Amino acid sequence: MIDKEEVKRIAKLSMLELKEEDVDKFCLQFNEILDYMKEMDELDLSKQEAVFHVIELQNVFREDRVKESIENEKALKNAPDPADGAFRVPKVIER
Amino acid sequence: MLYKKTLHELIELLDKGEIEAKDIYESVLNRIKEKDNEINAYVSVFDDFEENKESGILKNIPVAIKDNIHIEGKKTTCSSKILSNFTAIFDATVIKKLKKAGATFIGKTNLDEFAMGSSTETSYFGTTKNPWDTTRIPGGSSGGSAAAVASGEAIAALGSDTGGSIRQPASLCGVVGFKPTYGRVSRFGLVAFASSLDQIGPITRDVKDAAILMNIICGHDENDSTSANVDVPDFTEFLDKSVKGMKIGFYDKTLEDCNEDVQKAMDETVKILKNLGCEIESVDLPNAKYAVSDYYIIAPAEASSNLARYDGVKYGFRAEDYEDLKDMYIKTRSEGFGDEVKRRIMLGTYVLSSGYYDAYYLKAQKLRGLIKQDFDKAFEKFDCIISPTTPTEAFRIGEKVNNPLQMYLSDIFTIPANLTAIPAVSIPNGLSKNGLPLGLQIMANAFREDLIFKLASAFEKEFNLWDRLPLN
Repeated sequence: MIDKEEVKRIAKLSMLELKEEDVDKFCLQFNEILDYMKEMDELDLSKQEAVFHVIELQNVFREDRVKESIENEKALKNAPDPADGAFRVPKVIER
Repeated sequence: MLYKKTLHELIELLDKGEIEAKDIYESVLNRIKEKDNEINAYVSVFDDFEENKESGILKNIPVAIKDNIHIEGKKTTCSSKILSNFTAIFDATVIKKLKKAGATFIGKTNLDEFAMGSSTETSYFGTTKNPWDTTRIPGGSSGGSAAAVASGEAIAALGSDTGGSIRQPASLCGVVGFKPTYGRVSRFGLVAFASSLDQIGPITRDVKDAAILMNIICGHDENDSTSANVDVPDFTEFLDKSVKGMKIGFYDKTLEDCNEDVQKAMDETVKILKNLGCEIESVDLPNAKYAVSDYYIIAPAEASSNLARYDGVKYGFRAEDYEDLKDMYIKTRSEGFGDEVKRRIMLGTYVLSSGYYDAYYLKAQKLRGLIKQDFDKAFEKFDCIISPTTPTEAFRIGEKVNNPLQMYLSDIFTIPANLTAIPAVSIPNGLSKNGLPLGLQIMANAFREDLIFKLASAFEKEFNLWDRLPLN
């Protein structure tokens, strides 16, 4: 069971803040979902290997050469607050 | 009435010089103007015909694209507030390939926010309506693409499929939706949801059109290191072939979860396939029934990581009022994401967090291996596995939107193909008592799309909904 404090902790880890009524709602829904997932407890997975890639893939290497990339101006086109060819954010360092 | 025609019919008419591509574009655009107020299949419509100078097979025929795939210079919103002002700065590889094949584009179609949903109800731009019955959902997440193709608002479209997002809406809208093998199609330029599951594929009115688009979009891409370096056959060569002697596994355990209409439709399907000379046997996939649990651990885990990039710094929406940098992240994300996306980010964060990783994420990856073994074993014996695409006809708008678990369970038959990376199609398979389309899912082993095309093409000749589509 997840309680409301746990939902708030997960929200914080996810960089989200929830309204109080949403905490209640999400709490209920998470418990329903996690309760359903208890079906997995029927399975003995102790001898089973975790499979992170179901298709065999080989690592892809390439030479470390400078290639043409997206121009600075284009890369900043969607930025909410571009400045001097960079992304500007609120000040983070105290003097 | 060119909007009613299929891609291959239009290619033929263009070849004969009887029509011009601009006529098709105008026909589709008029249809959109007439229908889209009601259907809401599109997030954006391109009002100008932009001629493509490439002399490819598509000859300037307009295609619709799900709004989570980048077309340079056009918006990519993912039907989310957080990307509502985002303009793509490059073409996705599938778009490059389509352009090279002579395609033009008519617009970007609606989806569940970031492709997370089975009904398009989580879209920031409103729900798409099912053109067969506008009180019902079209399915999702590629509901806009499926509704557009079914209603004549598009000739053909691209969607993306992470747990059924091409096949489920195709099924509920009476069209063909093809999810290729994981790695067949480059994901470069597809906005990431769950990277080990996402795959782009076509939604069309018949199997031949799906093969034509698959021929164009498949292939290795150095920009996607998970794209497979395997040869791409001409998929149209597998159409119109005899399926006599094909070995089909019927995953009939699924019927326990289906309503009566779906069961009846599958009875007919088995009869048709037997008449065509297929050898049909029941197949058991003992661990596939756990697919929903498995998926709703793995997909949210990957999503929670992929969606960390939306922070109001590099692109997209930024909250207006905040105290400092961290508060800006939090406010931007809290105001920019809808509830379903928040739910999945949090669920993913939870199953990956220390103390729960072993109980959920690691367990899910082990289970994924078990499900894969079930399919590997089945494909030693069978060419294809069939099941219904969905347990029911299209449900009503609002019916499941407040009950996430019920919504998740509507993907129960489509999820295994994503978890196991195999290709699968949904083709029309009958009508429910309410006159709504039902779908047949055909799955095959990885990179055996040829077998799916063979069987789907043969079945479609015996049963299709071409004359029933809501094109008038």
